[in-house]
Amino acid sequence: MRFGVVVFPGTWSDCDFHYVIGEVLQQPVKYVWHRDRNLTEFDCIILPGGFSYGDYLRAGAIAGRSPVVEALAEFISRGGFVLGSCNGFQILCEAGLLPGALMRNECLQYRCQSTSLLVENTDTSFTRGIRPGQVLRMPISHGEGKYHADPHVLETLKKRNQVVLRYCTEEGAVTRAANPNGSVENIAGIVDAEGTVFGLMPHPERAAETAMGGTDGLMIFHSLLGSLVEDGSFLKR
Amino acid sequence: MKARVLIRLKRGILDVQGSAVKRALEGLGYAELTDLRVGKVIELDIAAADPRVATARVEEMCRKLLANPITEDFSIECPLP
Repeated sequence: MRFGVVVFPGTWSDCDFHYVIGEVLQQPVKYVWHRDRNLTEFDCIILPGGFSYGDYLRAGAIAGRSPVVEALAEFISRGGFVLGSCNGFQILCEAGLLPGALMRNECLQYRCQSTSLLVENTDTSFTRGIRPGQVLRMPISHGEGKYHADPHVLETLKKRNQVVLRYCTEEGAVTRAANPNGSVENIAGIVDAEGTVFGLMPHPERAAETAMGGTDGLMIFHSLLGSLVEDGSFLKR
Repeated sequence: MKARVLIRLKRGILDVQGSAVKRALEGLGYAELTDLRVGKVIELDIAAADPRVATARVEEMCRKLLANPITEDFSIECPLP
């Protein structure tokens, strides 16, 4: 599976993703500059965390209109996968590739901590290797991660099973105390209607080696690799 | 021609920044404060002769980039003296 890791001015998790994909998972991976529009050589595009374009105006707003993100619509329509983590999730929402918006944390603090995440939907290409109801440990690191969506959008998301991750306690209880940023209904990650675009505030690339305190983030990559092998996407492209 | 865009969080959306500033002012003794919301002002200089054309262009800019329609409302003042 060929991965492209997008680099904007101000991205900071690009090297971490590149390392995990190339060294830990042993998959082909290349950096993609934010001005590039040609994504034909990739199966999955990663939008990493950071502060793209300084997060000026709003987090992810300028990156959401950049050449590489404009090229994503066509990439997705060709069957490509997109994973946006942290700033990448903000960019996907700003670009309209995922519904909703990410706002300043309700506590007003920048939150850098480990979180427990309830996997609510295991029927996506990103989570199919995970047990329903399993709790993953992954870190967050953001000041603007409060997920917001209009009530009717939220209803549609739930009806279509697009909510993938919710902040929870270690035991898997979705409580107010387990919500680090005030996200509506503890939402930490969602997919688009087709299930090929995944946005999440946590950092799977920072939970990919035991030396880093856990490997739960790898389950997302393993799920994705398994999906592609089984449906033959590897061979088709 | 000069134009000014005022961007505000939609009514009903919690403005945590505004709440923090309000609490700080209350701490300074401004007990009469009942609400405070923080917004953004963007000033633009546009090469256009007709204010209606300029306003339409600025409105387009707001929809495409300057405001997030999910969380924010905007208003345009154009032309400015």
